[in-house]
Amino acid sequence: MRSRLHHRLIAVGKRLGITGRGLAIAVPYAWLAAFFLVPFAIVLKLSFSEVVIAIPPYLPLFEWGEDGSFTVNARLDNYITLFTDDLYWRSYLGSLKIAAISTAVALLIGYPIAYGMSRAPAAWRPVLVVLVILPFWTSFLIRVYALIGILKKEGLLNLALTSLGLIREPLTILNTDIAIYIGIVYSYLPFVVLPIYASLERFDLTLLEAAADLGCRPTRAFWTITLPLSLPGVAAAALLIFIPAVGEFVIPDLLGGSETLMIGKTLWSEFFNNRDWPVASAVAIALLVLLVAPIVYFQRLQAKVAHGERW
Amino acid sequence: MTGIRAFVAALAAVALLAFPAAAQKNVVNVYNWSDYIDEAVLKEFEKETGLKVVYDVFDSNELLETKLLAGKSGYDVVVPSATFMSRQIKAGVFRKLDMSLLPNRKHMWDVIQQRVAKYDPGNAYSMNYLWGTTGIGYNEAKIKQRMPNAPVDSWTLVFDPAIISKFADCGIHMLDAPDEMIAAALKHIGEDPASQDPKVIEKALKPLQAIRPHVQKFHSSEYINALANGDICLAVGWSGDIFQAGNRAKEAKKGVEVTYMLPKEGAQMWFDQMAVPADAPHPLNAHRFINYMMKPEVIARSTNVVQYANGNKDSQQFVDKEVLANPSVYPTTEVMARLYTISPLGQKAQRAATSVWTKVKAGK
Repeated sequence: MRSRLHHRLIAVGKRLGITGRGLAIAVPYAWLAAFFLVPFAIVLKLSFSEVVIAIPPYLPLFEWGEDGSFTVNARLDNYITLFTDDLYWRSYLGSLKIAAISTAVALLIGYPIAYGMSRAPAAWRPVLVVLVILPFWTSFLIRVYALIGILKKEGLLNLALTSLGLIREPLTILNTDIAIYIGIVYSYLPFVVLPIYASLERFDLTLLEAAADLGCRPTRAFWTITLPLSLPGVAAAALLIFIPAVGEFVIPDLLGGSETLMIGKTLWSEFFNNRDWPVASAVAIALLVLLVAPIVYFQRLQAKVAHGERW
Repeated sequence: MTGIRAFVAALAAVALLAFPAAAQKNVVNVYNWSDYIDEAVLKEFEKETGLKVVYDVFDSNELLETKLLAGKSGYDVVVPSATFMSRQIKAGVFRKLDMSLLPNRKHMWDVIQQRVAKYDPGNAYSMNYLWGTTGIGYNEAKIKQRMPNAPVDSWTLVFDPAIISKFADCGIHMLDAPDEMIAAALKHIGEDPASQDPKVIEKALKPLQAIRPHVQKFHSSEYINALANGDICLAVGWSGDIFQAGNRAKEAKKGVEVTYMLPKEGAQMWFDQMAVPADAPHPLNAHRFINYMMKPEVIARSTNVVQYANGNKDSQQFVDKEVLANPSVYPTTEVMARLYTISPLGQKAQRAATSVWTKVKAGK
């Protein structure tokens, strides 16, 4: 029964020009179209309309007149606002700075962890990987809230430091940029460790033996062989933390002080405080354009690696 | 057989998911502020009417407004603040209340109804749930220790840079609500707190920037716990929230005492109003819920639990004596005259306010 149906389906598919491979590729494309392209088109359309007090709070972009005329009421005002008010580019810069520093710190912490994992006995590695993923079993939001309890003035960290006699006055960490860095690095560290670990685990150890046989010291071997070969993993890790960190809203809102300007918070206030959906959409589009650049760069890098070029 | 049964069960589950509460009849979907009701009241309402209450909470007017403006929120009763509601009425978000379904409105307090009419002309769209003031909460011991003669009855406590700087080390929070903070700053410098003129609104920038270095955070809810735990010693916030902080501090028994102060110069008065969205799925049930909440003995329980005054005159006999006697909850007539209300800002004024506010927060 089943196999006959199966064959008939394949036959129908062939007549329509659908193959199994085509179907397999179609699924992710359909996913992208439904959950990325369509929302993007809606936001793009919104970014050219005008704010108004009504439901919904913007004017329609396209209008069909009663006489059959068709008008497009597109405005560039929203994008011009982004350039005339220095708030927006300062927010972008603020986000880029925080994302860049967090990425650097996370790489410095994540690389040794991944390196240690990849050099651990093979039997241990699955356990170590599970340990890295373990924090995901608790809600992200709860973990960020827990950080508040740790970092605040009368919190666990200050308590520990003062009782050890390392500091006399409790440190103000919560509501500062430092707290944001701690939050971002902590939350995204698994995303940094795993791709680096993946690239180090596949690493051919005989290369290091060869280097040692030829009289190369281990440190030098690390810098000239191990590190360059793990760079694709490092690049993937960097993007996996950098991109979400730029648009991060929850962590700066909960842990950061009010002086921290980040584009995610600016977008929120544009949407909720000003009720200006069109300008908020323009901010979102600009953010996307800003993020596409590093992604494209990374894609080209990967293509190069795939072709076996040095980089 | 079991396969079929599992399949049917799965189908039933899908059907339940596909038809949420909105499709059922004996339901009222309520969207109110968090920590804002005596929950037992909901159970009693269900028992009396046979309706099921789906009770959902929010913590900012902005969030509620965005849902309402997006349309089809699915809620039957929502509780926006009057300033926001006024604009929402203009946007056509609400339906007019059917007064014949609200016999309990005879209990309402005329003083509050008149003040609210500024936002809801003729009280046609809304009924008051609770109201309160925006003032200052402080940790008595820590303030006195740093400045024994601190002006704990005046806005100068926060708006005089020389005074507020004394408390910077023990932590200061302020509401992240531009409409409230800018109005307070304008009041302090002798301008009209309700001004719609972008030029006047921009005048609030200077006094706010002058005190900005001493403020640790602008946030509209964190100060409750922060005050209660003794993490901060001064906050500009909403009256009831600060009372709640005081109660939590008492329960924790760590020796923290939190006091709410209504500044003598006057403070902003706000009103949270029950209203029915125009596209509410069960408008009739919505009216039954609102009418129930307008029963004097019912709304008094909200007041007793959350320590905000209500706009129901006849409920005052059911309000706890100490709450009713507290002039920071139920101000004296004299203080009442000094309380001001602000109108919702137009788009230009709103943009000016947001711009001022962002600059203040960024400290630049």
